[in-house]
Amino acid sequence: MTRIGVVVFPGSNRDADTLRAIEIAGGEPVRLWHEQASLEGCAAIVVPGGFAYGDYLRAGVIARFSPVMRSVTAFAAEGGLVFGICNGFQVIAEAGLVPGALLRNRSLRFLGRDVLIAVERADTAFTRHAQPHRPLRIPIAHGEGCYFADDATLEALERGGQVLFRYVHPDGTAAGDSGDLDNPNGSLHAIAGVINARGNVAGLMPHPECAIEAVTGSDDGLAIIRSLVDSAGAAEMGTAGVPATVGAAS
Amino acid sequence: MSEFRFAVNVLPKAGILDPQGRAVEGSLGHLGISGVSAVRVGRRVELTVEAPDEAAARAVVERLAGELLSNPLIESFAIERPAHAAGVAGG
Repeated sequence: MTRIGVVVFPGSNRDADTLRAIEIAGGEPVRLWHEQASLEGCAAIVVPGGFAYGDYLRAGVIARFSPVMRSVTAFAAEGGLVFGICNGFQVIAEAGLVPGALLRNRSLRFLGRDVLIAVERADTAFTRHAQPHRPLRIPIAHGEGCYFADDATLEALERGGQVLFRYVHPDGTAAGDSGDLDNPNGSLHAIAGVINARGNVAGLMPHPECAIEAVTGSDDGLAIIRSLVDSAGAAEMGTAGVPATVGAAS
Repeated sequence: MSEFRFAVNVLPKAGILDPQGRAVEGSLGHLGISGVSAVRVGRRVELTVEAPDEAAARAVVERLAGELLSNPLIESFAIERPAHAAGVAGG
């Protein structure tokens, strides 16, 4: 069974659900403590949500310098699959593994509720089991989720197909900028998640690991976790699990 | 080796949305204050560096400010030597 690592920092709080989601999706979940440098032979790494190191200074920044994140950064540089969820997205953005930054929500409020997102493309390691532009009901729980990048970066992301997840209206069309309730935090271009140019690192603000079983309200997140697990399995087998490149931007 | 006291002021870059600054501005009316605009909310970090001289100490602070205390995508920083050290002996 494919081993999928879940990094645990002091202050992580979505690790248990992420480990469980990986198991339900058919992977073997492996807990990786922040002080260890070994990734224990995992074929993919998830950096889960929470408040790593208390989110002191800036969300995600202290975690970036932990021993495990140095290994994760090296793993990503070799083409390994890395998925950052919520606070994990903030960590990998601070580490420069994906472009952009997550700012305080425009409302200044911490938001915990279901939102609708859609994947923009199904030809990536993180979305192969999802259907483009079909709304997925997935919860958010964050205070700093407003995606920001400068104009040149945004344009490159759009052109290169690196906007992987977007907040959408119920009909699947993209939400507007601030003031549109379907864009909960005011993210530029309603961006909920991005992928790097190489196609092996992605970040997502909402929590797919919390939408795994219909009994909890939605199982729309399972397609994303299954995509990761199956892509990691394919990467392990040396088959094409990951497209060579996603776009031209970095 | 000597000790040098520094302060690093971190602010959101021009053009970056600053919801905290906007919230402060929004509250000014409640205080009956007018004529205040362009409020930006940042962070000030004070620290002591042990180094052979001030230039060496400043180089450490530059690196710390650029790599850890600020995110260059969204924030700018300015380094200063505070006239009075806050909360520590010496400096």
